[in-house]
Amino acid sequence: MDAALSVRNLRAYYVTDYFGVRREVRAVDDVTLSVGKNEIYGIAGESSCGKSTFIKTVAAAIRPPLRVLGGSIKYSFLDRDLYDLDEKKLSDIRWKQLSCIPQGSMSVLNPVRRIRESFQDFAFPHMGLDRSEFGKVVNRHLERLHLQPTILSSYPHELSGGMRQRVAIALATVCRPEFIIADEPTTALDVVVQKDVLALILETQREIGSSMIFVTHDLTVHANISDRLGIMYAGRLIEEGPTRDVFRDPMHPYTRHLVASLPRIGDLTAKAALTGTPPNLAQPPSGCRFHPRCPLATDICRQANPELTTAVPGRRVACYAVTPSPEARAMTNHRMTNDRFPPS
Amino acid sequence: MTSYTWYFLRRLGQFVLVVFVGINIVFFVTHATPIDPVEQAISSATQFGQSDPRAVEIMRKALRELYGLDGTLWQQYLTFWRRLATGDFGPSLSAFPTPVSKLIGQALPWTVGLLATSTLTAWCIGNFMGGLAGYYRRNRLLKAAGIFAMGLQPIPSYIMSLVVLILFGYFWPILPITGGFEMNIHPGFTFSFISSVVTHSLLPVLSLTLITIGAWFVGMRSLVSNIISEDYVVYAELAGVDRHKILTSYVMRNALMPQLTGLALSLGGIFNGAIITEVVFGYPGLGTLLIRGVNAGDYSLVLGIASISIIAVATAVFAIDLLYPLLDPRVKIR
Amino acid sequence: MLKIVRDLFRHNREFAVGSILVLLVVGLVVASFFSPYPPLDSYLVPPDTPPSWDHLLGTNSRGQDVFWQLTIAMRNSLFFGISVAVISRVISLVIGLVSGYAGGMVDRILMSINDTFVVIPLFPILTLFYFMMHDHMSWTLLALAMASLGWPYDARLIRSVALSLRNREFTTQSIFSGMSMRQILVEDHLPYVLPIVFSTTLNNINWSIGLEVTLSVIGLTNIETPTIGTMIYWANQHTAMVAGVWWWVLAPVATVIMTFIGLFLLSVSMNEFIDPRTRLARMGA
Repeated sequence: MDAALSVRNLRAYYVTDYFGVRREVRAVDDVTLSVGKNEIYGIAGESSCGKSTFIKTVAAAIRPPLRVLGGSIKYSFLDRDLYDLDEKKLSDIRWKQLSCIPQGSMSVLNPVRRIRESFQDFAFPHMGLDRSEFGKVVNRHLERLHLQPTILSSYPHELSGGMRQRVAIALATVCRPEFIIADEPTTALDVVVQKDVLALILETQREIGSSMIFVTHDLTVHANISDRLGIMYAGRLIEEGPTRDVFRDPMHPYTRHLVASLPRIGDLTAKAALTGTPPNLAQPPSGCRFHPRCPLATDICRQANPELTTAVPGRRVACYAVTPSPEARAMTNHRMTNDRFPPS
Repeated sequence: MTSYTWYFLRRLGQFVLVVFVGINIVFFVTHATPIDPVEQAISSATQFGQSDPRAVEIMRKALRELYGLDGTLWQQYLTFWRRLATGDFGPSLSAFPTPVSKLIGQALPWTVGLLATSTLTAWCIGNFMGGLAGYYRRNRLLKAAGIFAMGLQPIPSYIMSLVVLILFGYFWPILPITGGFEMNIHPGFTFSFISSVVTHSLLPVLSLTLITIGAWFVGMRSLVSNIISEDYVVYAELAGVDRHKILTSYVMRNALMPQLTGLALSLGGIFNGAIITEVVFGYPGLGTLLIRGVNAGDYSLVLGIASISIIAVATAVFAIDLLYPLLDPRVKIR
Repeated sequence: MLKIVRDLFRHNREFAVGSILVLLVVGLVVASFFSPYPPLDSYLVPPDTPPSWDHLLGTNSRGQDVFWQLTIAMRNSLFFGISVAVISRVISLVIGLVSGYAGGMVDRILMSINDTFVVIPLFPILTLFYFMMHDHMSWTLLALAMASLGWPYDARLIRSVALSLRNREFTTQSIFSGMSMRQILVEDHLPYVLPIVFSTTLNNINWSIGLEVTLSVIGLTNIETPTIGTMIYWANQHTAMVAGVWWWVLAPVATVIMTFIGLFLLSVSMNEFIDPRTRLARMGA
């Protein structure tokens, strides 16, 4: 298999039942994508569009009430579906082949353990080295990420936010995994530190040669780091393509709006806001989930959900305005026919 | 000055505050009521109406001086503090002329022993089981233990001790239910004495442990179930860190800190429970001594026990406060 | 409101069990008003008879019907507990809210005082109090004494709720939109504060009844008034256990355990219900 990761028709819902009220939040609803080797695939979207949930399912970090209801997830280094693995095999591949750079690195490190101990907990069991060898590898790794080895004796609360994020990156990459999942690693940082951290991530990824999924709502970050970009809305992937192309020529109305809303130096035009609010994923709108806010919505959009289809080689869109579905064509034909020959 | 010194000073300040406020309350209670303990003692001594008025007058003066009640209110206040500082509460009326401090000194080790043993047992076992129950939510045995603990928690000390007494005193009398040791054994470091002390302490320790263990279990369980959704635990699980290590170094270790604080805060209540348990089992600690003093109208004894109780609990809390930074490396900033 | 209660009852086992127990106890209290025997009289019926249809829980050594004594005792104890809880609620609320909202130096001073009261062991002081008051001790006085010593634990809880509310975004929003402080307190914050006040009240009732029982059993209160504690006191005085009159001891002990567990379960289930995480899951049904 060529792709580093191949996700097909993934569905993951939050199913809750409190005090007799049953709710099903369709956080990830039928998502299909693949990530190539040595590629950074970015996922963008507004809050509560399902990208964090997607990350959790792909990282095998689901917990009730989150449940995977269908679909498949296949990594290149595994011979079967991620969810067909038993507990032991799963913990074997963790960190060594599949690691995460988390969101909000403020609190991902145990406050009562020194950094050194965190490295020992996370990485040592997977590397199969003796203690002194391990120590040397960690020191070398830290230097490469421009971190002083003295931080190993510190506690997390003694480091600044930027340093903690760098430690998190170091922690996630010390085993040189084949696949890295990054969940909003720069969101809590100020712009200056953000630039450094992004450069670090890029440098490390190139050096190790791992594939990466990078999730953030900030499109400007994607412009700097992602090779390919996928846009999520209301639990579905609605557009995908090489980052440059998506920016230059967005096809889906939502993407068009996102790209248009990015401020450019010298551009003084007012930005129009999208009407409406993000949909309630427990009771999503019928048909295309974007139709209540879409300026191009037609009848078919209210009734049927557009599939992610290849509009142009390398680019996929889920919108009837771009790729009319067979039904839409039939409907328009039907209407045209009725106009010419009204039924008696 | 290091941050630990600052912390130490703050805790010391709190200790002094507790003792000061507590002793003031004691003073307030004894001096602000319309009852005069001297008159009370005299009326109980002369109730048969056959005393010579001059003898009564001498007794009144003697008692006034004994209780530190002569002079103005301010002088009484100063006398009170002076006596406290030297540990001189005067002789006990019911065990005349044994000084009150000697009586308290004899009773205190029993109370401290009971308190320390039960609190340690209840805290450690309660927290451990509660931690497991919070982590392994689906284990049926732990769920049953949880229901049991919830049933124990609200029951007040007296009722629990009474139930234990009835169970082991009447239904299944295998353990002694009164006293600290067998009456006929001479105190000393002999095996028979020590084993007697141990058997006699089993029921009181059991009672006090049962009284307090419910709260630790339930508290720890809810604490742990919150901690397992904390970022660092989720991240560690994501990284495939050994489950056992997560349970001990990540979950329990972080839950122990608020539990230690909770221990310091509930020590006053546990002390109450200890005293009550002693009364039920006739255990020779401060509790039985206190009630004996009340029933005998022994003002100095009751006063002395109240004061010493405050100081003892405040000291124990201070000691626990000093231990806290050992667990929490973040105690540097306010 | 009724719907909430019904939902709770149907789906939360703790609430169901708790409310049943509490309803039983309340039933007893209501029954006390129909007692055929005057509460304070003794030697009205043949003493020491075991439970029978004439006397549902038997009679005690003082010649009183145990069942009817129990109803009156429960009523007095419950009433006492509620009074102490209500009075100390006022103190806890004031100190907790002022401390949480004012913050800074005021907060630190109040909390130092609060912690002081938490540490001080109550029992020796109450005993000393009784010793000083002796025959002048009344229930009102005892209630006031207990209320003035029993507020600190709950004050701290209320303070933490007030703190978190003050710092929440919706408060700053309300302030910026021009709502007066009073409006904010009543409309925005009260719904969050009330449930915790309610659950701490239930816990406080438990605590005061427990303390009352303890003090009465040792004889440190007005033992003529029938309460749960004094019932046990008299039973001990007449060495009921040894004399085989076990129903005299069992009745009050069982009833009071029922009360404690019932109130406790109610407060626990209330807490779970108002926990914002489960609340959100229940909305938008």
